[in-house]
Amino acid sequence: MSNPVLYDNPGPRTRRRVLIGSVIAGVLLLGVVAVVLVRLGQAGQFAGAKWGPLVNPADPQFSALWTGLAEALLNNVIAAALAMSLSLVVGTLLALTRITSASWYRWAVVGLINLLRGLPVVIAIYLAYQILPEVGIVLPKLWYLVIGLTAYNSVIIAEIVRSGVASLPRGQAEAAAAVGLTRGQSLRLIQLPQAFRVMLPALISQLVVVFKDTSLGFIIGYPEAVRFAQIAIVQLDNPIQLFFVLAVIFIVINYLLSRFAMWVEHRLSRARTTTPRGAPETRELVGTATGG
Amino acid sequence: MLDYFAPVTDNFGLFVDAFLGTLMICLYGAVGSLVLGTLIASFRVSPLPPLRAVGTAWVTVFRNCPLVIVLFFFAFGLPEIGINAPFLWFGITGLVVYTSAFVCEAVRSGINSVSAGQAEAARSIGLTFTQSLSTVVLPQALRTVVPPLGSVIIAMFKNSAIVGAFGVGGELFSTFATLVSARGLSIIPVLLGVAVGYLLITVPAGFGLDVLERRVAVSR
Repeated sequence: MSNPVLYDNPGPRTRRRVLIGSVIAGVLLLGVVAVVLVRLGQAGQFAGAKWGPLVNPADPQFSALWTGLAEALLNNVIAAALAMSLSLVVGTLLALTRITSASWYRWAVVGLINLLRGLPVVIAIYLAYQILPEVGIVLPKLWYLVIGLTAYNSVIIAEIVRSGVASLPRGQAEAAAAVGLTRGQSLRLIQLPQAFRVMLPALISQLVVVFKDTSLGFIIGYPEAVRFAQIAIVQLDNPIQLFFVLAVIFIVINYLLSRFAMWVEHRLSRARTTTPRGAPETRELVGTATGG
Repeated sequence: MLDYFAPVTDNFGLFVDAFLGTLMICLYGAVGSLVLGTLIASFRVSPLPPLRAVGTAWVTVFRNCPLVIVLFFFAFGLPEIGINAPFLWFGITGLVVYTSAFVCEAVRSGINSVSAGQAEAARSIGLTFTQSLSTVVLPQALRTVVPPLGSVIIAMFKNSAIVGAFGVGGELFSTFATLVSARGLSIIPVLLGVAVGYLLITVPAGFGLDVLERRVAVSR
């Protein structure tokens, strides 16, 4: 707990107990790690043949492996960038129809949003991959992945946009109406620009989700990182090592993205109002995505 | 129209089995990730630094790693350290571990959202640490935690499809793959049937969450 108001400041005896507890917990944890490492070692998972292609530049397969991996990761980035931009456009349009349209139409949009929100993203990708060629739309695999991801994420972004617009003070829309702007002008010129500012951290967090989900491209055979790893391990026979490296790459990229989201949020909250210190702490999770 | 969906109606029993399989994965996953996530959250707020470090590392790793890679890692890694189990359990373990990171963050943010004044007030009228936590802070935290926790669990239901795509049998998505590749049934009706199966889980869960939210909601 970040607020030590729940208990007194530790005295010497408590501090000693905390120290003893820490040592015991630390030893236990190190023990678990040691057991795992020893077992992996016994299974020959630290052998040079398994790590060589990944870490030893002199290894004959080193350059081919990393070039392939870089190309595959670039494919992830491309898919994520396209899916995110498209989701942003579609999501904003969905949100606007939900805000402005007639009620029966709004219900249809809400229904669509709920339906797409309930569908697993794997199914969305697979549906795009199977149905579009059937109706005569034949595209490169990249686009099936992008369309599947967009179908899934645009509804989430629509919700983010809607709550962003709803979070603005009523006075903004009222003032816009008072100076004679139409509903559309007010949204376009007054409300959306402010809403996007509020939404920025949530949008960046969603980008993390999209980037993680591009790894599902392997299901339809899109040549992204996981697909590359699947093919590479057949020849190299080092699944643990390769997936370990892949996991590290994804974690680093996404960690930096989420730090960036937190930094943006901190900046915005500091710039907007005189938020008391500590407020960003409680708001830290506003943009937290709920898994992909 | 009915003919078009013959692949679904002819294999209806298989679909029901697969639906129950998915439901079972969801159930184990929900219970497991709630327990593990709360445990990790308590690590993160613990006074013991090593536990805090583990909690932070856990969340950072599993929140930022794609589920597919977590699953691959478990499937290839656990047998190497001498843990052998049916494939299904690797899938569920991966799902639980991945989701627990999100559960942890939801729980932690709930605890943080209770204003410090509440805890101060509880202490000032003489409640002990345990009393103020269990009678003042946690009941309020619970209300804040319900909506994000619900979304996390529903996201997990959907992620169970990835476990299926990964090759765990007896689950909706994998049953789809079997029907299409082994029996040569036409893909789209089967896929639509599978999609309906997932919606039958996620949409009611969403409504349930809405109801629950309204019941625990309190205006601050």
